[in-house]
Amino acid sequence: MFEQQDPNLIQLNSAGQLKHFLTTEGLSREMLTEILDTADSFVDMSAQQVKKVPLLRGKTVVNLFFEASTRTASTFELAAKRLSADVLNLNIKTSSTSKGETLKDTLMTMEAMHSDMFVVRHSDSGAAHYIASNVTPHVAVINAGDGRHAHPTQAMLDMLTIRQHKGAFEPLTVAIVGDILHSRVARSQIHALRTLGAKEIRVIAPTTLLPRHIEALGVTVYTDMLQGLKDVDVVMMLRLQKERMQSALLPSESEFYNLYGLTEEKLKLTHPDSIVMHPGPINRGVEIETSVADGPKSMILKQVTNGIAVRMAVMSMAMGGQMTEHQAERGSE
Amino acid sequence: MNIAIRNGRVIDPANNLDQITDLFIGDGRIASLGEPPAGFIADREIDATNLVVSPGLIDLCANLREPGYSRKGTIASETAAAAAGGITTLCMPPLTKPIADNTAVIDLIEDLAKQAGNARVLPMGALTQELKGEQLSPMHGLRKAGCIGFTNAREPIHSALTLARCLEYAATHDLLVIFQPQDADLAAGGTMHDDTTCTRLGLSGIPESAETIEVARSLLLIEQTGVKAHFGQLSCERSVKMVMEARDRGLPVTADIAIQNLLLTDENVSGFDPNFHLIPPLRSQLDRAGLRHALVADGFQAICSDHQPHELAAKQAPFAATEPGMTGLETLLSLSLMLVQQELISLPQMLAKLTTGPASVLNVDLGTLSPGSSADICIFDPEQEWVLTRENCRSAGANTPFMDFPLKGVVRFTLLEGNVVFQQ
Repeated sequence: MFEQQDPNLIQLNSAGQLKHFLTTEGLSREMLTEILDTADSFVDMSAQQVKKVPLLRGKTVVNLFFEASTRTASTFELAAKRLSADVLNLNIKTSSTSKGETLKDTLMTMEAMHSDMFVVRHSDSGAAHYIASNVTPHVAVINAGDGRHAHPTQAMLDMLTIRQHKGAFEPLTVAIVGDILHSRVARSQIHALRTLGAKEIRVIAPTTLLPRHIEALGVTVYTDMLQGLKDVDVVMMLRLQKERMQSALLPSESEFYNLYGLTEEKLKLTHPDSIVMHPGPINRGVEIETSVADGPKSMILKQVTNGIAVRMAVMSMAMGGQMTEHQAERGSE
Repeated sequence: MNIAIRNGRVIDPANNLDQITDLFIGDGRIASLGEPPAGFIADREIDATNLVVSPGLIDLCANLREPGYSRKGTIASETAAAAAGGITTLCMPPLTKPIADNTAVIDLIEDLAKQAGNARVLPMGALTQELKGEQLSPMHGLRKAGCIGFTNAREPIHSALTLARCLEYAATHDLLVIFQPQDADLAAGGTMHDDTTCTRLGLSGIPESAETIEVARSLLLIEQTGVKAHFGQLSCERSVKMVMEARDRGLPVTADIAIQNLLLTDENVSGFDPNFHLIPPLRSQLDRAGLRHALVADGFQAICSDHQPHELAAKQAPFAATEPGMTGLETLLSLSLMLVQQELISLPQMLAKLTTGPASVLNVDLGTLSPGSSADICIFDPEQEWVLTRENCRSAGANTPFMDFPLKGVVRFTLLEGNVVFQQ
C-alpha cells in the first residue's frame, strides 16, 4: 500500500550527489568510497602549516547540539573552520522545548540567520531526517548523532581508520562489542561495513543490550565474547553508559567487565594483526582495560584525528551537492 | 419528517438483507422497507440508485478531544467529521481534561454533542478515578449519567487486586468494561512495534508482550469476576486468538480492531513519517495476517477508527517526540472498503463489522434497518473515488498517512434519527 521509503530519497540530489548526510544506510559503495577518498585527501592537510582550504568560504555552518557532546562538537567545529566556514555553536542541552520552543521554531530562527548548513545532534531518532525534510532548500544537514538511529560521520571515520590499517574490507571479520541496543554508532557501522563488503560482522553483547532481530541487519550475534572475538581483524568497542547499569539491563559494572570488557587476555583470541577501536569517551576498567586502550593495537586517538578529515569531507561534499542542485534548478528556470 | 429513499442497494446485516429496494422513514424511525406504510406521504425523496443504503456506522473508539484539548478538535468539529464519514454513533474514551470520571464531564459531553447534533456520542467513563489505577470511579452514577462502558484506556492499573475489584464492582451492576490493553512497563515509552524496522531506525520498541500479557491478565480476572468485557484496538494476532479462545470457553468477551492495523504494518514507519506513529503500534506482517484471518473467521466483532486528531504542532517533531494517533472518522468507511476491494470479505460482512457488530458489543438497539429502529442511515457510493486533503478534511486533525491518498467510497447522505446531518 505504502512503499518502504528509500533513505536516499532525502540525502541525494537529482544527480545522485550527497546533499545531506543523515545515514550510511542505503548509500552506494561508490559513495562511501568517495567519502573515504575525499577524507584521505584532508588527512594530510592537517599536518601542513596552513590547515585551511576555502571550500566553504562565505558559508555559515551552525552546530545545533541538543545533546551534550565534546568530541563530536569540537571536531565538527574544527572541520568547518578548516573549510573556511563561519561557525556558530549552539548547545541546546536541555532541548529547545525547555523554553516552550519547538524544534521547528529553533530551525526557523536559525534559517532566518541565513545559515547554509546545520550539523545536528539530537536525542530523538529521526531528528536529522525531520530537520532535513523541513529546512529551506539548499541548506545541507549533517547528522552528528540522532537518538539510537545513526551517527554516520563516526562510522565513516571508523571506516577510514580501518582502511588505513587494513586496506581492503573484503577479507575482514569485524566485531562490535557492548551496548548495541542504544548505539547509533553500531547501526551506522553495520550499514557501512556491509556496503563496503566486510566478510563478517559480529555483534557481541548480553541479550539485554541487543535489539530485537539485529540479525536482519546482516550480522552474526554472539553473547559469548570469547567465542565472538575468535580470529577477528577489528574489534570495535562501544561506550557503555554507566547509568544504564541501574536500569535492570546489567547486574554490575564488574560483571560486565568480566564478561564483555576488552582485556589483554581476551585480545589474544583475535587475529595477531588485529586493531582495537572505540568511539569514545572510553570507560577504562568497564569496557576496556587501560593497557589495551593505550596499547599498540589501539586506534582510538587516530580515530579522533580521522574524525576531522571525514567531517571536512562530508561537509564539503554535501555543500557541493546542494550547490549543484541549486545551479541545476536555476538552469531549468 | 417523512423521507423515502428510493432504489438503493439496501444492506442490513442484522436482518441478512441485501437487495435493491425502497426505504421509508417517519418520525425519526425506520417505517418500512419495500412498500410504504399506509398513508405515507414523503416530505423528501432521496434517489439512491447505484448507491448503498446501510445502517449508520458505529465507531467504538473516537477521541473527540473536548473538554480539555479543543486545540486538537471539538465535539462539534469531530462529530461533523463523523457525519461526513457515515458514522452516526461513536464511543468516546474518557481521555478528556478533566478525565471523564464524574457526571459533570459526562453531562458536558452530552450537552455539547446534542448542541452539535451531528452524531450520537456515547461516552466511556473512567474505570478508576483520574485513570490513576487506584480508586474505583463512581461507575453506577456514571452509567446513569449516560456512560456506555468503563475503561482505564491505556493507563496502567498496576495492582491486580485493584483491577479485580473494579471488575467485580462493574459485574455487580452489569456494566461493560473496555480494555485497551498495554502493559506500561513493557511498553516502556516505546513508539513503534519492536521488530526489524524498529531496530533499523533506532526507535524504542513496544513488544508484542506489552499487549498480550495485559490481555492474558485481564482474561483471567474476567473469568474470575464474570464481568462483561470488551477488548478495544487489539494489534497482535496472539491477543485476538486469546480472546477467541476465551469466548469459546464461554467468557462474555468481545473485541475490535482499528482499521489501520488491518491494512498497514510496522514497515510503513520506515521513513520516520510521524503520521505512522500510532498506539497501539502498527505490528508485523504476521500480526496483520493474523488479524485479517480473524476478521474472516469472525473472531472479533467490530472495526473502529481509533480516531485521534491532533493539532499541526503535535506532529511537527522527530517521530518519537510526536504525539501518537491518526484521525480516522472520515476514512473509516473507505479504508474498510479496501478489505472488500481486496476480496477478503464481502460488502455485507464489512458493514456488519461497522454496524451490527459494534451494536452487539454495546448491547444497544442500533446499527439496523429493522422497522421501528432509529433511522440512522448511511448512503454511500462504494465505487466513487475521492481524496482526503487538508482542504476538505472536516476533522480538526489532518494527521493521517492516508491524506492525499486515492480512496474509494463516498458518503452521499448521513441521517441521524431521520434527520439529514450530512449531504454531498
